[in-house]
Amino acid sequence: MNELDKLIINTLQDGFPICDAPYRQVAEQLGLSEQELLNRLKALLDNGTLTRFGPLYNAEQMGGALTLAAVKAPKERYDEITDIINAFPEVAHNYARNHELNMWFVLATETPGQIQQTISAIEQQTGLTVYNMPKNKEYFVNLKLEA
Amino acid sequence: MLDAQDRQLLEHIQLGLPICPQPYAEIGRLCDMAETEVIERLGRLKQQGLIKRLGVIVKHRQLGYRANAMTVWNVPDHLVKQLGGHISRFAFVTLCYQRPRQPEWPYNLYCMIHGKDRATVLQQLEQLVDACGLSSFDKEILFSTRCFKQRGAIYTAKVLTHE
Repeated sequence: MNELDKLIINTLQDGFPICDAPYRQVAEQLGLSEQELLNRLKALLDNGTLTRFGPLYNAEQMGGALTLAAVKAPKERYDEITDIINAFPEVAHNYARNHELNMWFVLATETPGQIQQTISAIEQQTGLTVYNMPKNKEYFVNLKLEA
Repeated sequence: MLDAQDRQLLEHIQLGLPICPQPYAEIGRLCDMAETEVIERLGRLKQQGLIKRLGVIVKHRQLGYRANAMTVWNVPDHLVKQLGGHISRFAFVTLCYQRPRQPEWPYNLYCMIHGKDRATVLQQLEQLVDACGLSSFDKEILFSTRCFKQRGAIYTAKVLTHE
């Protein structure tokens, strides 16, 4: 990733115009040609630096639900538990963390009721207790990370 | 309220916008809608907050953000709002939530800091604890050690028709 890629990523984390020629508008702002911007963006998606170029929806406004959950996975079963949990399409992220509660994942479901169903299914398949920590209140979300 | 055309658009663009000179015209062609209508609808959905953000979604580990600390505190319920507000004012904080306590897990205030190295993140955390008066509360710092899965939530036509 070079300086130009960083500039593109930082600019496009702030938003993308909704108008007839949005890439041209962003390219002009960055002092690039439209084609250069299109090419760099394609390359960043192809090499996996960017996950996606598009919308992020508000899950609750869409009628869906989110929660943060965690399990205490025994060391000798860690890989098996990882595979079981990641196989659920409702699992959006999954991270190992350095604590007795050592696997933390986010569930995103199409309806609020499916959160509990998914948790029960994970408990049944893993034999572990799932700690469910839905948010009570969101104080701050900053999705931008400087490249 | 979403109508059928809004839902069609949302479902259509969720995996990504076309990368071509006139992406909204391209979406319109695929959804049988005029470009102006696509622009008008997406602008409204963005303004209403249903589209939280339109742009690049990064993999933070790819950008070098590998020190990702989730710090949890057990603070008195009557202070959680004030402390959450205070924590959120620090530029290095990426997320701050109140979550319910659990059996054997008494923490109710969560803060995420994404950084490039642990030492910097721990320094920032120290700064936060001092400035917000958090030193007397029990806390735990959980660094992520591996990322097994990271994707956005995917919605199907089913959720898009959910009222």
